[in-house]
This record gives sequence, C-alpha cells and structure tokens, in this order.
Amino acid sequence: MTVMEQRGAYRPTPPPAWQPRTDPAPLLPDALPYRVLGTEAAAQVDPGLLRRLYAELVRGRRYNTQATALTKQGRLAVYPSSTGQEACEVAAALVLEDRDWLFPSYRDTLAAVARGLDPVQALTLLRGDWHTGYDPREHRIAPLCTPLATQLPHAVGLAHAARLKGDDVVALALVGDGGTSEGDFHEALNFAAVWQAPVVFLVQNNGFAISVPLAKQTAAPSLAHKAVGYGMPGRLVDGNDAAAVHQVLGEAIAHARAGGGPTLVEAVTYRIDAHTNADDATRYRGDAEVETWRGHDPIALLEHELTERGLLDDEAIRAAREDAETMAADLRERMNQDPVLDPMDLFAHVYAQPTTQLLEQETQLRAELDAEADGPHHHGPEGAGR
Amino acid sequence: MTTVALKPATMAQALGRALRDSMAADPTVHVMGEDVGTLGGVFRVTDGLAKEFGEDRCTDTPLAEAGILGTAVGMAMYGLRPVVEMQFDAFAYPAFEQLISHVARMRNRTRGAMPLPITIRVPYGGGIGGVEHHSDSSEAYYMATPGLHVVTPATVADAYGLLRAAIASDDPVVFLEPKRLYWSKDSWNPDEPPAVEPIGRAVVRRSGRSATLITYGPSVPVCLEAAEAARAEGWDLEVVDLRSLVPFDDETVSASVRRTGRAVVVHESGGFGGPGGEIAARVTERCFHYLEAPVLRVAGFDIPYPPPMLERHHLPGVDRILDAVGRLQWEADS
Repeated sequence: MTVMEQRGAYRPTPPPAWQPRTDPAPLLPDALPYRVLGTEAAAQVDPGLLRRLYAELVRGRRYNTQATALTKQGRLAVYPSSTGQEACEVAAALVLEDRDWLFPSYRDTLAAVARGLDPVQALTLLRGDWHTGYDPREHRIAPLCTPLATQLPHAVGLAHAARLKGDDVVALALVGDGGTSEGDFHEALNFAAVWQAPVVFLVQNNGFAISVPLAKQTAAPSLAHKAVGYGMPGRLVDGNDAAAVHQVLGEAIAHARAGGGPTLVEAVTYRIDAHTNADDATRYRGDAEVETWRGHDPIALLEHELTERGLLDDEAIRAAREDAETMAADLRERMNQDPVLDPMDLFAHVYAQPTTQLLEQETQLRAELDAEADGPHHHGPEGAGR
Repeated sequence: MTTVALKPATMAQALGRALRDSMAADPTVHVMGEDVGTLGGVFRVTDGLAKEFGEDRCTDTPLAEAGILGTAVGMAMYGLRPVVEMQFDAFAYPAFEQLISHVARMRNRTRGAMPLPITIRVPYGGGIGGVEHHSDSSEAYYMATPGLHVVTPATVADAYGLLRAAIASDDPVVFLEPKRLYWSKDSWNPDEPPAVEPIGRAVVRRSGRSATLITYGPSVPVCLEAAEAARAEGWDLEVVDLRSLVPFDDETVSASVRRTGRAVVVHESGGFGGPGGEIAARVTERCFHYLEAPVLRVAGFDIPYPPPMLERHHLPGVDRILDAVGRLQWEADS
C-alpha cells in the first residue's frame, strides 16, 4: 500500500501536543472562478457602481491604447500594457477607501490612474525622467515596483504598522502569475498570515510571465489554492468580470478591516497585448487563443449586462467614450512636451545629507556641464592649464 | 569628591542598552528579527526588550530574512523606525534584493518623499570558531550599494553611540557588529551612557609618527596590539579606526597619512575587490606626494571563509601586519 493509499485508512495516534492549527476547508477557493455578470448575482449589485466601473473601464482601455501609441512615438521608454486586464485594474482602484494603500507592480499604472493619480505622474517611470513620479504618501500608492513580488512584503509591513498604530487601513497588493513563483511572494503571504495583517493580495493571472505560460510556472491546482498553505482564504474570480472582482476584493478588504487577516485572490484574466512594446507575442502564442479572450472582453461583458438591463443607453456610452478621449488628448498633449531635466537631481536624494564623496562628484558633473555649454573642450595638460 | 560608579560592560550589553534607550526615547522604534524576543537574540543583544516594551515592539519574526527586511520597508513607509536583526552575516544574503533594490533606493526613487529610516544589524566577521556560514565579512557588498550607510564599532562606547546614531538616522544604516568583540569589555557609568557618535567620522585610536594603520571593526584591537609590538622594532604606528565605511572620512584618513607618509589598510574581508582597494586608492589620490611607499593591504585571503580549525591562518594577525609595515620602503629613510 502506498502512502497515498494509506491516507484515511487508519487513524494513527498523533505525536505529543499535535493539533491542527487551522481547518483548511473554509480556506479553499471555489472550483470555478466566481462570476457576477450574466448571473443572478448581478441584480444585487448597485447599478451606480456598475455604471462607474463601466466608465472607468472605457477610460482605462483608452489609457492603455494611448500609452501604447506614445511608446511607438518614442515618448515612453517602454509600456507594459494592461489591455484586457482593465477589470482587475479598475476594480482594485475603486474598491479602496482613501486611507487605504495600493501596492502596484510596473503593469499597474492604470490602477494608480483609476485611483486618481495624474497619468503623467503614473507614467514617469516608463517615460524615464525619474523613477517614481509622485509622492507615495500623498496618494497612498507605493512606487510602481519592478522586481517581481518584492512589493508584497512592503504591503504586509505597512498593513501591520497601521494595525499597530490602531489605524483603520488596509493594503491591497498587486502581483502577476509569474510573481507567485518568487520567494518574496511566499514570505509575504506567510508573514501576513502569521501577523494577521490587514492586507489583500490580488494575483492577476494573465496567462503568461512574458513568454512562459502558467503551466510552466506552477503545478498548484490554482494560484488561489496557495493561500491554504499559509492559513488564509483563497478566492478565485473571473478577472474580466469587473463586478465580480470588485465584489470579491470588497469582501476580502472588509474581512481584513474587521481584523480577519489577509486573503489571496486569483483573478483569471488575459494579457491581450505583448508583455511590452519590446516583446513579440507571436513567438509563444497563437492568434486563436488571443481571439478567444477578445470574446471575453471586460468592457463588452459589462456593457452587455448594463444594456440588457436598460442601465446604459447610447448617450451614456457616448459620454464615457468622450470622457476617455478627453483624458487621452490631455495625456497626449502633456506627454508630447519634453520633461524638464536637471542632472544635478542625480545627487539630490541619495542620502539626507550628501557624503563628501557625492559632493565631489556633483562638482565634477557641474564642471562637465559647464564645459559642455562652452563647446568642445581640450583634455590633458593643456586643457587642465587653461 | 563624587564617586562615579563605573561598571564593566560588554559590547553586546552596550548594543542592547542602545536599543533600549532608543526604544524608550522614540515609540516608533521597533526591533524585529529571528529569536530577538523571548530568547533575547542568539548573542543576547536584545535581552529583555520584549519584556520591557512588549512583543509588538520587539518581535520574533518568521525565519525569512527577505520577509523581515521587506516588511520592515513597509513599516518604515508607514512611519515606523524598524531595527532589523540579521542573525549572522551569511544569513543576511536572502535579504539582499530588498536591501539593494528597495532599502537603498527608496529615498532616491521618490525624490526624497519617502526615506526609509531602517537600521539593519548584522553580526559579522570571524574569530569565534564558527562553522561554515557564520564568519563572513560582507562589508564590501554593502559598501558597493549607494544609498546605504555602513557603520561598524570597535569599542564598547562606540557600540552604544554609533547604534543610537544609526537608529536616529533618516537613512538606512547597515550596522556591522564584530562578533568576536561582543564579549569585549570596557568600564562605563550605566547611569550616564556614552555620547551618541556622529556617523561618518573616523577616529585616531593611537597616535604615531612612523606609519598609519587604517582599519575598522574586529581588526582595530589587532592593529592596536600590532602598534604596541611595533615599538620593539622602532616603529611608532598610528591607528585610525574608520567606524564608518560609508560615508568615508577622507579627511581624517588623509590627514593621518600626510603626517606619517606611510599606510597599511587592515581588514578581515578578502583583499580582491575588498574595502582596502578602495581605501588605498583614495589615500593614493589624496596623499601621493606625501607617500614614502605604496599603500599596502593586509586582508583575509581570497578564499571562502575557512573552517574554524584553520581560521587563524586566514585572519590578519599582528605578525602579518608587522610584516607589511616592514615592507613600507624604510630604506629610503636611512
């Protein structure tokens, strides 16, 4: 008899003091991703929220196409598009209270924008005139994080600190399917559960980590199942159903706010565009798959629900599109202006007080800039003797 | 005449006292790490803190260094002042990504909007008979990362004063604690702890005219011993204790070398790519016309840290230091 076959066949005497820490059953995710749109649950959702989600989705899609266009025009160094994932991005932004914190990855500029951040500030990192274009504390949005999953322990620590201070603050951390393979994903979830920190992890499973499909990333039944090993609930949701993502995140956040601890949410979605403008997705996936997902578009799903129920007329659709065009035109105009750069900023924020070594290097750069302004200059003894 | 009750204290006790006084002075100071709570740390530096301040302020974390430092980043983002203990030098490596990609850069990344006042305490160095992974000198890795301060005490008083300053600093500080000096003793008045020492200033531990030994942390007592032994050879050696590797005190170091005209850098860390190369270059660039001989280095060999029964051959000792001093081209003086 193998070990697997033995399971349940006998009841061994447990070792001393052994007891189960957590009953795993309530932590398990549903077998299928949760849906609201097109189901009876949709009738329970506030129509105002649905209309708001719709307007933000339309705006978000336009933001994605505009940012992609700006990249092709050389105005952005790179753009990791969230086209197809707008439901996750928008729901994550709208579900938070003002005092809550958002921890985005580099693909989540839309979530930051939907939360109210100026798109130009959100895109500073990707334009390349600085790393973070906004004050994180002012907006309660952590810097867009590039090293995968490393922002997750930050979210845990911040939520823990808020709870220690007695503040009613929840942190929502965003990560992709590839990021769940990183060690920091594991450590963050473990710390969060041990500390019962008021934090929610949203995994946007968009099918690919650049080119690597989920099947090569994990053998877990679902990414949401990983929660069980840490002793926190896992939830599985259709990531293209904005109402469902909003509801599941809302429940997880309420649970965290009430002191119930963290939740891991896996939103099943799809990255319609390539990883970035620099990527060629035809090398690792077929058009048919992409077309299948285009048929499950987050905007179309919500628009269908709203029009079917008479909650959205042509006028409202036109208004949403016009609002999106206004945002895009403003973004285009402002991004087409060259950013003002000051090379001396390079030294301004390395330490609270620059070291003497940095002061010397600052002086060197200033001299180089002055020399540059004076035109071609000489090197060597003659130049030095000028 | 008032009697000052001087009592002996070890470096470990001085560090613990610095933590305690920092926590008492500032309610945002939180100590966290492996075994720092109930046990009081494997070196007992955090002894009594959990009892005095509660487990929310002196926290036994899960055993995961990246998680410890990563959550400390989040805590600092929310306004706390975490003091993180890495249990041993080599056990700090899992936290490198958090340290290099986030801790060191957050101020710069956010144009000064979100500095991270985190102190990362790392017991480092050998000489305690530790088995593999317990004796590394990892300072060169930290020195090579802009945005970090790197500080290391060599005396009981500095252990207190520098750790207080590190915790009070609004920048992240890697605070390297020389393991083999944890039990070194000095007398102090427990009612009046030593002064808080500013970060970034080296100090001349012993004045001399013949040559300068530039050193830090665990090698300071070795250099002082070498300087005493050198008297028999007719050399009067100056010993500079850097105390802070970043920021580096060029002024104190250069002034000493200009006085003596000769210099040897001494550290346990490997020589190739180690701190001594940078220090020798800086001294040469600033003191070239004062130098009677090339700046020499006495460092650990460029080998993985040896097993304890062989470590004495690796660590810079008095004889190796004096041999180097002997190679400083004294014939030019005669």
